[in-house]
Amino acid sequence: MGGNLLANYGEAVAMILFGIGFSNLLLQKNLIKKIIGLNIMDTATYLFLAEKGYIAGRVAPIVVDNVTSVEAYINPVPSGLVLTGIVVSVSVTALMLSLTIRLYRKYHTLDMDEISTMLKKEEE
Amino acid sequence: MEFIRNFPFFSILLSLGSGVLTSIMNKKTARLWNTFILAAITVMSAVLFVYMLEVGEPYTFMMGHFPAPWGNEIRAGVLEAGMALFFCLIMLFSLKGGQEHIDAEVEETKVNLYYIMINLLLSSLLALIYTNDLFTAYVFVEINTISACGLIMITQSGRTIEAATRYMIMASLGSGLLLLGLCILYDITGHLLMSSIKQSILYVYAQGTYNIPLIASIGMVVVGLAIKSALYPFHTWLPDAYGYSTVSSAAILSSLVSKGYIFLLIKIFFRVVGFDIIVDSKIVNILFVFGLFGMIMGSVNAILEHDIRRMIAFSSVAQIGYIYMGLGLGTTMGIVASIFHILSHASTKSLLFVAGVGLTDASGGSKKFEDLTGSGFRNPAAGIAFTIGACSMVGIPLFSGFISKMLFAEAAVQNSLAKMLPTMICLAISTVLNAIYFMKTVIRLYTPASKKVRKTQAGEAAAVSMREHPLYHLALLCMVILNVLLGCCSQPIVDWITSGLSMFG
Amino acid sequence: MSRLLSEEEYRKTKAFKIRRWYRGEKDPYLGKVEMKPQKPFTEDIKTQKQRIHDEAILRRNIYDIEHNKKLQIFSKFYKVVSIVFVFTLIAILLYVVSYLPPVGNAANPDNNEVASKYIEDGMKDTGAVNIVTGMILDYRAFDTLGESNVLFIATCTVLILLRVDNRSKKKEEEENDRLYEPKNDIILQKVAFFLVPMIIIFGIYVILNGHLSPGGGFSGGAIIGSGLILYVNAFGFKKIERFFTQKTYKWICFVALLFYCLAKTYSFYCGAHHLETGIPLGTPGDILSSGLILPLNICVGMVVACTMYAFYAMFRKGGF
Repeated sequence: MGGNLLANYGEAVAMILFGIGFSNLLLQKNLIKKIIGLNIMDTATYLFLAEKGYIAGRVAPIVVDNVTSVEAYINPVPSGLVLTGIVVSVSVTALMLSLTIRLYRKYHTLDMDEISTMLKKEEE
Repeated sequence: MEFIRNFPFFSILLSLGSGVLTSIMNKKTARLWNTFILAAITVMSAVLFVYMLEVGEPYTFMMGHFPAPWGNEIRAGVLEAGMALFFCLIMLFSLKGGQEHIDAEVEETKVNLYYIMINLLLSSLLALIYTNDLFTAYVFVEINTISACGLIMITQSGRTIEAATRYMIMASLGSGLLLLGLCILYDITGHLLMSSIKQSILYVYAQGTYNIPLIASIGMVVVGLAIKSALYPFHTWLPDAYGYSTVSSAAILSSLVSKGYIFLLIKIFFRVVGFDIIVDSKIVNILFVFGLFGMIMGSVNAILEHDIRRMIAFSSVAQIGYIYMGLGLGTTMGIVASIFHILSHASTKSLLFVAGVGLTDASGGSKKFEDLTGSGFRNPAAGIAFTIGACSMVGIPLFSGFISKMLFAEAAVQNSLAKMLPTMICLAISTVLNAIYFMKTVIRLYTPASKKVRKTQAGEAAAVSMREHPLYHLALLCMVILNVLLGCCSQPIVDWITSGLSMFG
Repeated sequence: MSRLLSEEEYRKTKAFKIRRWYRGEKDPYLGKVEMKPQKPFTEDIKTQKQRIHDEAILRRNIYDIEHNKKLQIFSKFYKVVSIVFVFTLIAILLYVVSYLPPVGNAANPDNNEVASKYIEDGMKDTGAVNIVTGMILDYRAFDTLGESNVLFIATCTVLILLRVDNRSKKKEEEENDRLYEPKNDIILQKVAFFLVPMIIIFGIYVILNGHLSPGGGFSGGAIIGSGLILYVNAFGFKKIERFFTQKTYKWICFVALLFYCLAKTYSFYCGAHHLETGIPLGTPGDILSSGLILPLNICVGMVVACTMYAFYAMFRKGGF
């Protein structure tokens, strides 16, 4: 076990959240809870990225008073990655929610196992 | 810089722009415009391929005013140009083969949305082939996933929406793992550009400070991409998605979508991490084992099926197992065999799907085997095409499947005994299993149906003549020619892959 | 009740009213606030019996725990394996985190020459005061182009699934929606009358100042989208159709995305061939500066605003 676990406590929390979200997406039966799990997983990744960029004692990368030295600002790259990730997460959530709405209208249940059984019955 | 060097950039942006333009078109204009754009991009890729064969060296193209680690860039080499040409051809043939079914099964007002999906899928495949930057690859992987989901669910029946939901759940798992692996890799190396990451990783690996996060992040990226391309335990969404969607979607999904992710994985192996480190880290052994399982279990499940489309879908699972087994062998020869199998499988599987739909049409629309008896006589062109596809899958000489099995065996022989023995045994077993279900189907197609069945079928669906469906027969012919070309003139193609792979890193 | 006032005068005071409310003797809203009378939910006896019967059969088929020993063992096994899997995953990830470089350290591998060039030359090269905006819209513009297309294609899939094009079904959906729409709710309308213009102006401010302060096209577009949703909720779909119809949506998205693609094609082409784009960078700190970043922010903002409103309208009614 490396020594940085307590120094990286923010990242450790992000990993715990990632595990919780991942297992929700995989193991829950209710579709809405799966989508919530997906959102938790993505949010954990953004927390991890936000921790990445931080440098102690420096401010956000918006130039103030024409000071452009490297010593004054945090790393701007992870912030850009988070912006892209948020839009991707919103798009996937919207798509999965509309799939859920269509499935609910047709089968009146949110449980994937029940839907599969009903489909098998339709075939016969 | 010559004008031809702009072609990768033009292809990607042309398909993106045409996707946006299609949003205001109606059904007929969308179809014509889409065919035109696809043909234009195919021609551009062909010209670029010939040019790259002459030049023989890869080049990078700056996307923006700033050079490499600070801005984006795309890189085109011999291997990438050829793969782009091949993907465009397969997409063109699949679309034309299934065009009548698109018109029949999709609502009038939503046909242009279907063509938007096709355009954006093409742009994401091209971007995955040409990109040199890891985060761009992630964004285009997401576009790939969402447009593949749109392709599955366009017919909006209960089955397809449920299949699309299962697909999105598995794909989101894969994307989450991929993104986290990418972030940890960025954390250790500090770069997002593939070539820069490679230098950093050599340094980190030599120093030994961040070894555990390095192995973990590579593992997460590999598992994420494997989940998305339906490696054996993660394949549960595949039979429903390929079995019930419209035929163009099934052909494009099985041939192109999973293969895009596998190509990205090969690119990460060579250009980000370095092939030696991957083999050292024993991750390839895991892929090898799962590939072997997939080969056997996919064929076993296919034998148990009663529905022709689902049977072809399960055979896809087995073929993806082959490709991962080739990746898992850990030698360059194995990767060459995998890439050749990507080409061979793409051409054969789309041929099987398009021919299969001709057979089901001639049997009154039913997909079950009992109703397909004798349909080889009712629809002769589709019957012959299906037989050729089946022979290629089993591995009969003259077709492309035989060459890829031979390449796998060659690659396995060069390996250590621990990997050679299971490979040869599983190759043999899976060939026998493939023969069982494909030959069973072909024999059933050419068994004359009983008189009562023939009377009912003749009433519902007249024999499919060439004059009525010219586009369908043309697409079938082109795909058969592609398959035979890969099977007969395979040596130049293998040489091309080997030379492209040596410049790939 | 009171020693100083008479009974009638006491009833008029505030203290009496508070005491009455506190004791729950009279509901202050009854008769004063317009509430829609809810129709009591009655279900036909036959369909109710049928529904209960069907649900029972379905449950028995899938979750037949009492009679199916195999299912019992499988569900126990599944629970144990899933808990083990979750804990293994979290343990592996925590193990990895313990080896990562410490947070906040200036000597980390990711604070290298890439990040320093962005900070030092960012304002000079791109003209944007906000370095992150300059990075995503100028240095790494290809990623942002891909991301806008992710949003576009997600909107297309939602349209495939939820848009109702059949005329009669459209009318049916509109009537269903009118049953639930909180029309003529005075509180909502009075508040929205003040809030919606302010929200939209704030959204426009965030978009236009994307290169000068935190913000940009995506956040500003989301703010404007929420302003539109508040407007629809307060005043109804009929009113918003005066200025925002299906055609408006289609044409705004088309023009904005097409402009984005064409502008970026021109910019990438000039960049790769080392030509000058001819777009002035201006002085950093002005609104009209930073070359292409301002028009691109506006395009992205418009697309995101229309997309947010489109999601809401699709989920609720299946159309605009």
